[in-house]
Amino acid sequence: MLATLIIVFREVFEAGLIIGIVLAVTGSVPHRNSWIGGGVLTGIMAACVVAAFAGALSRLFEGMGQELFNAAILAIAVIMLTWHNVWMASHGRALAGELRAAGKAVADGNKSLLALAVVVGVAVLREGSEVALFLYGVLASDGGGSAVSLALGGLAGLVLGAGVCLLTYSGLMRIPPKALFATTTVLITLLAAGMATQAIAFLERANWLISLDRVAWDSGWLLSDRSIAGRTLHTLIGYTDQPTQMQLLVYVTVLLGTFLLMRLTASHPTGHGGPAVPTRAI
Amino acid sequence: MSAATMIMRTLIPAAVGAIALLQPAWAEPAAEVRVTYSNGQFQPGVVSAPVDKPVVIHVRNLDAKALEFESTSLRVEKVVAAQSEVIVNVRALKPGRYEFYDDFNDKARGALVVE
Repeated sequence: MLATLIIVFREVFEAGLIIGIVLAVTGSVPHRNSWIGGGVLTGIMAACVVAAFAGALSRLFEGMGQELFNAAILAIAVIMLTWHNVWMASHGRALAGELRAAGKAVADGNKSLLALAVVVGVAVLREGSEVALFLYGVLASDGGGSAVSLALGGLAGLVLGAGVCLLTYSGLMRIPPKALFATTTVLITLLAAGMATQAIAFLERANWLISLDRVAWDSGWLLSDRSIAGRTLHTLIGYTDQPTQMQLLVYVTVLLGTFLLMRLTASHPTGHGGPAVPTRAI
Repeated sequence: MSAATMIMRTLIPAAVGAIALLQPAWAEPAAEVRVTYSNGQFQPGVVSAPVDKPVVIHVRNLDAKALEFESTSLRVEKVVAAQSEVIVNVRALKPGRYEFYDDFNDKARGALVVE
């Protein structure tokens, strides 16, 4: 049971962190729970589908299907996170003000929620498919004899994962509302940059990307990315103890790109034809 | 159309374009290594590969449950579904012993010796 618990917890840990951040980011946006819940559910269903077809997925692209699939869904998450940040830079203040009730703002708000729901779904899908494969394997090989201990271990792992999500959320909610927007913007940007470097790692493993693939440094002696702290930082900011040059390049590019896009959109009034929204550069 | 939508419309084609530019890169010929997994153990437990040459590891899982072929030192992590085979690419390596294991079953361990 303990082994099941540890493996399930390790997989849901990352999803828990990401969902906690998304919950804090969406704060008081109406209908956010159904969007995020929908993202989680869709992610779980997709995870089961991916797990069921894991063998077939592996055989795609000359054996590199898993790597390319992971790179693709990570890239989608990066685009969604970046889009959310840019959208918040241009609409966030409007949403926080009187326009919240206006139909247009709500419709736009739903678009941003959709982007974040996709991010949640992707996080659940990536971790969930491994949990599904693992649990199914244990069931198949033990003939269901250990079903109870398996269910208990799996459930306990899930509960711990939900605990991580709750801790992340409540921790972020302690930040004063004025500073919360800036904090979550930074968190989302780092999350996006981190996911982009993970996508690069998958492309490198698939041999689809071989330029600048030298390891820039090895900081494993300082902080291994297998330790709990290392895993947390891996999820939050994309920490890896042996980054390649390409990973570093992409990391910096995503950070700079987000910063520039946010500046560009924030400094122009939004063209909605509604009341002029005062905006200012960051 | 909002600025954000405009940016979205540029971002997506840019990302798609960047992915299209990537081509499977055919690097120098790789050394091939085969590992089989059955009854919760890797066979053989130790495999060897030459120095400074990319390595392609074929991992064949004969068991009825999935395994996750993982190695910290090789920077590898890949799920192998039940009764299937996967290919794991590894960069050219320095001499040494590189441990690998099944992340779903900590009793299954093996090593790649590069010499």
